[in-house]
Amino acid sequence: MKRLLFAAAILVSTPAFAVDPDEMLKDPAQEARARELGAELRCLVCQNQSIDDSDADLAKDLRQIVRERIAKGDSDSAVKQYLVDRYGDYVLLKPPFNAKTLLLWLGPLGLALAALGVGRAYYRRQKQEVAPLAPLTDDEKKRLERVMKDQA
Amino acid sequence: MITEAGHFALALALFVALAQAGLGLYGAQRGDKGLMAAASGAGVALLLLVGVAFAALTHAYVISDFSLVNVASNSHSAKPMLYKISGVWGNHEGSLLLWLTILALFGGVVAIFGKGLPPSLKARVVGVQGLVAGAFAAFILFTSNPFARIARPPMDGNGLNPLLQDPGLAFHPPFLYLGYVGFSIAFSFAIAALIEGKVDAAWARWVRPWTLAAWVFLTLGIALGSWWAYYELGWGGWWYWDPVENASFMPWLAGTALLHSALVVEKRDALKSWTILLSILTFSLSLLGTFLVRSGVITSVHSFASDPGRGLFILAMLAAVVGGSLMLYAIRAPGLKSGGLFQPISREGGLLFNNLIMSTAAGSVLLGTLYPLFVDALGGGKVSVGPPFFNSVFVPLMVPLIVSMAIGPMLTWKRGDLWTVLKRLKFVFAAALVFAGIVWLLAGGKMGDLAAAGGMALAAWLLLGSLWELGERALLFKAPWAEALVRVRQIPLAAWGMTLAHGGLALAILGVVGSSSWVEERIQNMKIGETVRLHDVDVLLESVEEVPGPNYGALKGTFLLSRDGKELLRLSPERRQYQTPPRPTSETAIHSTWLGDYYTVISEPAPGGSYVTRFYWQPLIPWLWAGALVMALGGLVSLLDRRHRVGVPVGRRTK
Repeated sequence: MKRLLFAAAILVSTPAFAVDPDEMLKDPAQEARARELGAELRCLVCQNQSIDDSDADLAKDLRQIVRERIAKGDSDSAVKQYLVDRYGDYVLLKPPFNAKTLLLWLGPLGLALAALGVGRAYYRRQKQEVAPLAPLTDDEKKRLERVMKDQA
Repeated sequence: MITEAGHFALALALFVALAQAGLGLYGAQRGDKGLMAAASGAGVALLLLVGVAFAALTHAYVISDFSLVNVASNSHSAKPMLYKISGVWGNHEGSLLLWLTILALFGGVVAIFGKGLPPSLKARVVGVQGLVAGAFAAFILFTSNPFARIARPPMDGNGLNPLLQDPGLAFHPPFLYLGYVGFSIAFSFAIAALIEGKVDAAWARWVRPWTLAAWVFLTLGIALGSWWAYYELGWGGWWYWDPVENASFMPWLAGTALLHSALVVEKRDALKSWTILLSILTFSLSLLGTFLVRSGVITSVHSFASDPGRGLFILAMLAAVVGGSLMLYAIRAPGLKSGGLFQPISREGGLLFNNLIMSTAAGSVLLGTLYPLFVDALGGGKVSVGPPFFNSVFVPLMVPLIVSMAIGPMLTWKRGDLWTVLKRLKFVFAAALVFAGIVWLLAGGKMGDLAAAGGMALAAWLLLGSLWELGERALLFKAPWAEALVRVRQIPLAAWGMTLAHGGLALAILGVVGSSSWVEERIQNMKIGETVRLHDVDVLLESVEEVPGPNYGALKGTFLLSRDGKELLRLSPERRQYQTPPRPTSETAIHSTWLGDYYTVISEPAPGGSYVTRFYWQPLIPWLWAGALVMALGGLVSLLDRRHRVGVPVGRRTK
């Protein structure tokens, strides 16, 4: 208990900067997975920071949970699901595709299509505004050729 | 006394701004020369008054006058002078006063030097500037007064957040605001043009330099902020898609589009209505950025203010500006006749393509930034929209944009031939592929790196393509050297500017792709005398000592970097503990090379006499900052072009 209190005191006075060496997993492959997952998980008390980038205590706790699950043999998606079950979709920095995020994910596509439509409409209107030019008559073509030859 | 003078000047400024708006808009409507001239006079008076207010607040910070709430809560007598002064805008009230000061400065410049403008257009521009300035002055006076006094001043102040006590961040807000507020001029010109019902090449020639200047400042401001995040926050990240970052990025995207569409208005008399809309949207996004940061609607590491009263005021102002100007646009824009016609494959077509992509990107960032707010407000609970979302939306948009950036400038106006241009670029294409292949092999030739190699190819394509375009202008390798040299001299500065800006982006892409794909990280407990391998160097912890600072104590580690047993250099990162407010920060020590940064951090002591240390190899990242600088330089060079100066104050007179 005393040691715990001491640890807490240290944590409060000197927040850790992101991932600490003592929380890292021994197996480099597992640690790499933990880091990849960490970048996609939100530190819930921070603003748009991943748990890997945050020095908040909660982020540290979440990093440890991620590593515990990985050490127990969970797959990446199982780890994510474990956290979503406890904290909701809010913990995912990449929001899942569902009814609530439909507009978010389709929005950029919609914007791109709208931009395409605007461009198309612009060229169409431009075409309508000018009457098509009549092609050159044979006589005019000959005169043009003569002019071009003189230039050269 | 000086404080009261500043306070009084600010109150007076509110009324002068309103008078400026009334005189300018009404005078122009009536065609009354006297009223219009008075509006310009008011613009100059506003600049003086706001200048006095800003100087008074700065004075209070310099002498550490803690009888002001603002100074007491944001400054400290032991702070170095640079941070006393930067503390003026390191808080909500002061930063708004800076906003207003820059606004008054720009309005004053138009009022004083705008002699070449048609009088009614000038009066309307000055009038709209007055409206915006009035709104901001009222906002400051009624909700965020920096001159408020305390009955019993404390002995010393609370100090400035230590993270902000840094040269990079001292100048980040002024640059950002010079950018935001610079777009207000384009906005005022757009509104004035809508009232006048006329947009022509002369109008565009006026708007372009302002937009260009604003863009240069905003580019520098964003780069400074990003650079600061990189070296100060201590884990080598430089962009988080944080709402506050997005707030500055959206006006940049829209402003970049505006820059290019104004070009089409100037050269080809087309895209007028679209350019007006972009001017309105760009400034609206600048205001929205201020709203997002200042209202506390989104709290983040950057936001240091939250107050619903303020939020409502800004929201009302935003609604008035955006709603009002869009309504005016809806009524008057259909009357704007477009002149120059062009085919989709043409220089104009390329610029329009750029515009549509930039707008889509700005819209997507806006959507991602506001989406959590909307879902929350509609009772849908909390959702996170983080970097993975923005990256997956942004990358597909940027790829076609960058591909087209090398092609567009080589197309002819009105009607271009894509196939011919592609043939002219065949060497560039081949070189880009070879470059990407070499980089990919050097990085280990892994399948997972193919996307990164694609990014390298894009960067090379853009960089070489931009240079190739310049080379073709000079007939380099085709004409004799002497002739090519003469031709190089004849290339207008604006063309150099474009090459620099586009090439700068290419360099920045190198940095973005390199650092996000091939970063190496070492985090460990180290004892003095231990060595860790980072990329191609050995890092030895030589010593750790305690050093005092002016308003902090620091733990300073010294690392010796050596390669193959040969000493390279020493790096000394610090971990600082500030006294007021008590907060630790890490001062990283970075060694930059052509190929990347060696980045070292020392953290807290760990049990057993060791220290937590972090090392990063950040490949190519210096090119990101260099690229941003080159982009800004490109804007600056373009601004110096004589053809632009025609539109700028001195010289040109109409009748």
